Amino acid sequence: MHGRSISRGIGTGELLVSSEPISFLSGVDPETGIVVEHGHPLEGQSVAGRVLAFPYGKGSTVGSYVIYALKQNGLAPAAIINAEAEPIIAVGAIIAEIPMVDRLPGEFSRLPPGTTVTVNGDAGEVSCDEVS
Amino acid sequence: MYLDASDEKVLAGEFGETRQKMMEILVALGDVYGAEKLVPITSAQVSGASYKTIGKWGLSWLQSLNARAAVPAVLNPIGMPREGWQEFGIGEEFAARQAEVVEAYRRLGIRVECTCTPYYLRITEYGEHLAWSESSAVAYANSVLGARTNREGGPSALAAAIIGKTPYYGLHLVENRRPQVVVEVESGTGPHANHWGGIGHVAGKKVGNRIPLITGIRPNRDQLKALGAAMAATGAVALFHVDKITPETRVFSFDTGDLDRITVTEDEVEALFAETEVEAVAVGCPHCSADELRELAELLRGKKTTKPFYVFAAKGVAAANPDLVGVIERSGARVIPDTCMVVSPRMDEFGSIMVDSGKALAYVPGMCGALARIGTRRECVEVATS
Repeated sequence: MHGRSISRGIGTGELLVSSEPISFLSGVDPETGIVVEHGHPLEGQSVAGRVLAFPYGKGSTVGSYVIYALKQNGLAPAAIINAEAEPIIAVGAIIAEIPMVDRLPGEFSRLPPGTTVTVNGDAGEVSCDEVS
Repeated sequence: MYLDASDEKVLAGEFGETRQKMMEILVALGDVYGAEKLVPITSAQVSGASYKTIGKWGLSWLQSLNARAAVPAVLNPIGMPREGWQEFGIGEEFAARQAEVVEAYRRLGIRVECTCTPYYLRITEYGEHLAWSESSAVAYANSVLGARTNREGGPSALAAAIIGKTPYYGLHLVENRRPQVVVEVESGTGPHANHWGGIGHVAGKKVGNRIPLITGIRPNRDQLKALGAAMAATGAVALFHVDKITPETRVFSFDTGDLDRITVTEDEVEALFAETEVEAVAVGCPHCSADELRELAELLRGKKTTKPFYVFAAKGVAAANPDLVGVIERSGARVIPDTCMVVSPRMDEFGSIMVDSGKALAYVPGMCGALARIGTRRECVEVATS
């Protein structure tokens, strides 16, 4: 699947999908990698090593630094997929060196969570490693 | 987005990892916003300077970088005055971390002048492209000076400072600077009918993120600063026009026939001015101009403060007006450079703070956890010396 390249690099992991936007500042704990925003669809789940897909970022621009902190702590997502990139997540992914793409075709939303996918941030591509 | 040959080399990493990363940030933002190219800037103002806001993660990112700014660049206010932080009541742990943040920026070639009023320190001309961050400085640069800047985040302003360019989109393009709503300010005779921070506080909520053309007022530059700062805080106003006052209303003729019209009434403004007891008084949001320091000196001359009274200003502005600072401080008030009532942890220790600023009225409750009361500068002095 072809999208748009936002942050370079290649990352593989299990797909973790949120239907809701994510605020990294106060929404994700940089010391554990766990989503802590109360009532969020991913509350209690870890983003570490996953390919994290969500519509777009929200909240404070300091969220970019939380993404960097997750990377420093070894708890960052393997890659990020957004419906539409905005500056908080895009800048966070670049400074943390996490591959990121956005604007994937509609068929992406039919992939079941847990599918192992590879995000190629250089080419702006996402591929499935296993077909369930 | 189009990049020239030297930009492509930077993006390929030929000028080091930091410049490569900074170019990646600019390219990504350019793509996100549909910019066709980069545009050279004449200066940058970098936010994310207070340790209170960026924390240890922001600090560790800054310390990982290695490059020098390509254009003149300054910082947003930090969490304390660089000198005399002990007397200002800042703890040693915070001061040590804050000093590390400042040192990290200094190493990156950012001039360590920490202010939301960089336009008092370096002349910024009509039509210059900038990459500024702080919301009131952005509003002032665009509206009062006729320069062109989007409201940058900390990393994007730093990237622009190091590369010397910014993506050409948004308010850099003339066609995106037209008014989108007309604001009529009701004239009045009440005590706060001409309180520009109050007017801006009310107007910003109604305007939201649109570009207003304001009619019925004739503010001077300091008053425009207060008006824009408040609108940027309660709305997301990065550019406003004041009919026959701000430069672009004299260069272009705007057709406003089809625009929404909003009224700011005297009653709405007056309703902000509740009289409550306060523990401290703080003025200088945005940082005081020389004229504002002069007004405060006249109001405070021969008086003694009975409450903590802080006056925030750029270090360069305070240093250029030692006589005024002397008069203010002989009253017991303190002129504090580098920081402000919003970004310093010192202000968190007060339960209630009186301010003269519509912007501070909006931010003090959330940022300092304190009740905020607004008044004129004269009323602030009366409360602080009663």
